[in-house]
This record gives sequence, C-alpha cells and structure tokens, in this order.
Amino acid sequence: MAENMTMTTNLTASERDAEVARILAAHATREGALLPILHDIQAVLGHVPEAVIPAIAHALNVSRAEVHGVISFYHDFHVEPHTRPVIKLCRSESCQARGVEVLARAFEGETRVSIEPIYCLGLCTVGPNAMVGNTLHARLDTAKLSALVESVA
Amino acid sequence: MTVKVRISDDALAIACGADHVAAAFAAAGCTVERVSSWGMQWLEPLADIDGQGFGPLTVADVPAVLAGNSPLAIGAIEHHPFIARQQRFTFARAGKTRPLSLDDYAANGGWAGLARARELGAEATIAEVTQSGLRGRGGAGFPAGIKWTTVARAPADRKYIVCNADEGDSATFADRMVMEGDPFMLIEGMAIAGHAVGAQVGYVYIRSEYPHAIAKMEAAAALSAAIIAPFRVEVRVGAGAYVCGEETSLLNSLEGKRGEVRAKPPLPALEGLFGKPTVVNNVLTLAAVPWIMAHGGAAYAAVGFGRSRGTMPIQIAGNVRHGGLFEVGFGITLGELVMEIGGGTASGRPVHAVQVGGPLGAYHPPSDFHLAFDYETFAAADGLIGHAGLSVFDDTADMSALARFAMSFCAVESCGKCTPCRIGSTRGVEVIDRIRARSGRTVDRVETLPQMHNARKAARTLGEDIALLEDLCETMKFGSLCALGGFTPYPVLSAIKHFPQDFGLAAPEQEAAE
Ligand SMILES: Cc1cc2nc3c(=O)[nH]c(=O)nc-3n(C[C@H](O)[C@H](O)[C@H](O)COP(=O)(O)O)c2cc1C
Ligand code: SF4
Repeated sequence: MAENMTMTTNLTASERDAEVARILAAHATREGALLPILHDIQAVLGHVPEAVIPAIAHALNVSRAEVHGVISFYHDFHVEPHTRPVIKLCRSESCQARGVEVLARAFEGETRVSIEPIYCLGLCTVGPNAMVGNTLHARLDTAKLSALVESVA
Repeated sequence: MTVKVRISDDALAIACGADHVAAAFAAAGCTVERVSSWGMQWLEPLADIDGQGFGPLTVADVPAVLAGNSPLAIGAIEHHPFIARQQRFTFARAGKTRPLSLDDYAANGGWAGLARARELGAEATIAEVTQSGLRGRGGAGFPAGIKWTTVARAPADRKYIVCNADEGDSATFADRMVMEGDPFMLIEGMAIAGHAVGAQVGYVYIRSEYPHAIAKMEAAAALSAAIIAPFRVEVRVGAGAYVCGEETSLLNSLEGKRGEVRAKPPLPALEGLFGKPTVVNNVLTLAAVPWIMAHGGAAYAAVGFGRSRGTMPIQIAGNVRHGGLFEVGFGITLGELVMEIGGGTASGRPVHAVQVGGPLGAYHPPSDFHLAFDYETFAAADGLIGHAGLSVFDDTADMSALARFAMSFCAVESCGKCTPCRIGSTRGVEVIDRIRARSGRTVDRVETLPQMHNARKAARTLGEDIALLEDLCETMKFGSLCALGGFTPYPVLSAIKHFPQDFGLAAPEQEAAE
C-alpha cells in the first residue's frame, strides 16, 4: 500500500524494534514475504531505517545485502524519512497531454512540500492527477494544486 | 418514496469528488447506492437516477438534479451513444452493480462460469478457452488456451495462478476498473484457471499506485473464499517499479526479490513462481474467462477481427473530449475511436498524435486513423496495441520532448539486467537533448588524445545525431532481453518518422491532418 503520510518516526529504538518484531512474526508463514514486510514497516515507521535491516534479514534467512538490494530496487521504499510532505504528481504521457508539464513548472520553486513524479495513477482521462498518501486528486490546475499544497504544507 | 441515486465509488469518480456528491444526495434525503463506474469518465461524478444520468456533478448541482431542471442531464444512460455503441462482455455489469455485493454479483450472472467449468471438468474447460481464441490482454497477445494447456500438462506438486495487475502503462485503467468495479469477476476467472490447470493458490499482484483496487480485491477475496474453495486468492502489492509488469520480473518480486527480468527459457508456464508451473495472465484475460465459460467459447470467438477474437476494453485517454472505457469487438479503426467516440481533443485543437499501447507504443499521426484495432495490423504499422490504451495529443505536443520522455522513462525503470536498455536509454536521452538543442556535437578532449586513433575527430552534425539515435534504437530493439528496452525505440522512432519537423528535419509531405 502506498505509504502513509502520518509518520510515527518518534518511536524509541526499542519501540521501533518491537513493531518490527511484531510485523515479522505476522508474516512468518507467508511465502515470498519480503515485500509485504517492507510495506508494513514503511506504513508504521514512514521509512525502512537501516537499523532494522539486520532483523529482517535474520527472520527471512537472507543476507543484509539482499534486503538492501530489494529496498533500493523499488521506487516506493526509502531508508531515510521524508523531511517534507510529499505530493506525487503524475508525469506520464496522458497527463502530459493534459498539461502537467506546464503545471509542474509553475511549482518548481515550492520548498515546503516535495512534489515528486509518479508514473500513472490510472486516471488518465481526468489529469493532471496527484496522490497524497492514499488520497487521489484529479482535474488539477494551478489553483487546485496551490490549494493542495496549502492543505498539506 | 425516497429517490434512489447510484454513484460510482471507483477511484476516478472519488478523485473527481464523488464522495462529496454522494453525501449531498444523502443529506437531501435520497438513498445512495455506490456502484461501479459506467466508464464515461468525462461525466464523473455521474449520478444515475432510475436510469437517467446527470454529470459531471459537483455538490452545488445536486438541488437542480433533484428539482428536475439540471442542465447536466444526459438522458437515459443505456442509450447514450458512448454506451450504446459498445459490445460489453467483460464490462457487462459496469455501472449496474455494487462492487462488493455478492448478491448483486450472483443476481447478474456471477459464478455461472465457475459452475459450468466445474461441471465440465478441467480438460473441457481448457478446450472452451482455447476455442474462444482469447489472447493475453497484457500486451503480447499470447493465446491463453495454449498457456493453460502447458501448465496443466506440467507435472508438479504445486502450481500457481498469478494475475498480473501491475497496469503501469499510461492511458490504461481497465484492470483498475475490473478490480474496483467487479472484483468477484476476476476472482471467478482465477478460480476457473486454477480448476483448469490444477493450481491451489492464486496471487493478484497489484501496483501500489492503486490503493482502492487493493482494498476492494482484499475484501472480495475474503468475501468469496468459501465459494472458490479449495482454491485460494491472495493479494500482493507492488512497490512502484514499472518493469514488474513484465511477467518474470513480477515473479521475482512475488518471491521477495529485486524485480529483475529472468531469461526465458525456462518459461514461467513450466518453471514460474518458486520454480513451479505458473499461469501468468493479465487482469482482462482472466476477467474474460467467466463470460466465455458461461456463454461458450464459440460465442466469444464469433466477435472480432482476423486472429484477434472477442472484445477489447479500449481505454481512450489523454487530451480527449469523451475519455473513458470503450469495450468493443476488435477491428474498429483508430480514427473511429479517437474522433467519433472520443470526440477529438478536449482542448478543441486538432489531433496531432495518438500514442497507442502505453510508454512502449508508437505515436501515430492522423494519417494512421484507418488502422483497424487488431494485434497484427498494428504490428505491421510499426506499432502495437499493448494493453489497448490511447493517449491523445493536440498540436501543442512537442514530439521530440515525448521521444526524450520515452528514453528517460526507460532509464528510470530499467531493471538493469542488460546493457542496451540500462546504458542505451541514458545515451538516448543525451542524444535527443543535443538534437533538441540543434547543437550537434563537438569533439571532446578525450577523443582528441593521440591514443584515441579510432575516435572520430570531426564534429557531428544534427543529421548525424539523428542517424546515431536511429542506430541506438536498432541496438536496443534487437539487443534487449525484454520488451522494456526492446520497445522503447517504438515511440522514439515513430516520433522521428511521423513528426520530423519537431527534430529539426524537413516536414513529411502527405501527413495532412483530418
Ligand atoms: C516492461 C513490461 C511491462 C509489462 N507490464 C505489464 C502489465 O502491467 N500488465 C500485464 O498484464 N502485462 C504486462 N506485461 C506483459 C507481461 O510480461 C506478460 O506478457 C503478461 O502478463 C502475460 O499475460 P497475458 O498473456 O494474459 O497478457 C509487461 C511486459 C513488459 C516487458
Ligand atoms: S531490456 Fe531493460 S528492463 Fe528488460 S531485462 Fe534488459 S535491462 Fe531489464
């Protein structure tokens, strides 16, 4: 699931480890459990801290390098927390056809939020589109994207 | 009597404000039923009151709709030309049923296909699918019956059904609409496949960009568990990698690995998930199966064009006036889809190009509008239909910028396994940047070193850069392991061929717009 906007990164190290242990236990009998585990960890912690990689590797009986390799392969997973709220703006062809590049340029100087590219939200007739957390926004123009920026900043 | 209002709870409708409109109808005393989407997306949020449609609605439009004087009335939905011209097999229930209602599903033909498959037995089920002529809807168009036969005949203690719901192509959303609008149909298709080939477990691999589809499929799998038992369906979520739509990359991802593409052979049908025989099929392929089993393979094969049998849910998107989902038998022309059904551009400007088949598909000029929608016809025109998504562009589109995007998308999404794709795409971006700047290329310092006796000592002209780009595209086409590197040249080369003026070359002669 796309990561939550609410980041509970203010857990203590032992609270964090307890959360990770709980998630690992919940997936203990699943085949091919690494992606579901990483999704769950990121949903709770906001990111997948380097410090929890050894526990994951141990639980799945793989090397730490393998876990790291998987995290770095997928665009969704990140080992550092987000420092700013993230708005994912679709930059795919259909949204380009509907003017997203001009819209994106108008927000290039925006520093309070991080406007990141995403490739297709499946709303290709009503773009430009964006996603914040799991919430979708369609038919964006400068005014609507400004309002969205204000609401999350 | 209270007024009953039906409004879609599909992700697109919600993104356009359907939840607020639904709440406004409820606050006005109406009974609101959340149903699947009709697929007339330019009209979302669309309210359906006794078969009469109203849209696109905002909260402010609700009083006029209830007073009977809304200017947004579109008349009877079933008779709207966009719906009336379709031939809906897979989307027969679209707009009509509540996605997670087992009662609605059963009352509208649901589970009839599975019941017939169980009655017929495994072999006759595969024979029916083979007879239907159904080809994979994920892009490659491989016959489903042949794939199923291979898996059925492979001896193994465990087999899998994997549903490819990674739908990463821009301009495609039919898989999403199936999962959000009629999730039991997909589960029924997977259960039939499992029954036919002897698989116990089915995985649906859904991209993480689809949170609504994930939630609906998880709920539907839980609700229907007893009906499909002993077969079992589990939802798995991708992690933002386009290449994981490629079937072997997807299998690696399901196994918890990096989504690197595997060399074939071995075929996934023989050595797939965890090394076991596996059916990997697209959402639309599996979703077509319940209809085929309920109505017979011959009825499905009776529709279509050439070797492309049955219907295709075509997605008309981008800068188009009437965008949405249009299911029809193969053979309709590109021009009919874009101009008659899609109504031309939303901006009102002339259509300049249509990309067919997502980021790996070619850009077609209006002079290609005669092409019939069919796998072989598009392949013969240096294109592909892929997952049947159309992205329409008006004449403000800069085709060299779109060619650059194709290369940069390949660079971002490459799995890294082979060089033409991993490195070639980055070099492609650089060459196109030079072409766009009309800068040519001067000789760099390393090239002037005395040791570099094979390096070229003269500057490269624009024309030579274009030739170099075409050469690079040939290398990617023939030297890549999978279709990501292998088909990225399609949008690039088609852009150069049909729109040379955007690359600083002379315009072609006969390319008159319609
Ligand atoms: C880069 C790449 C991306 C792909 N993405 C998808 C996808 O999102 N969905 C899909 O069904 N097939 C996708 N495919 C095609 C699959 O590899 C495979 O052909 C398909 O899942 C087989 O199912 P089908 O026979 O039912 O089409 C992709 C292929 C490539 C090379
Ligand atoms: S063509 Fe690209 S995506 Fe496909 S296997 Fe090669 S490197 Fe990976």
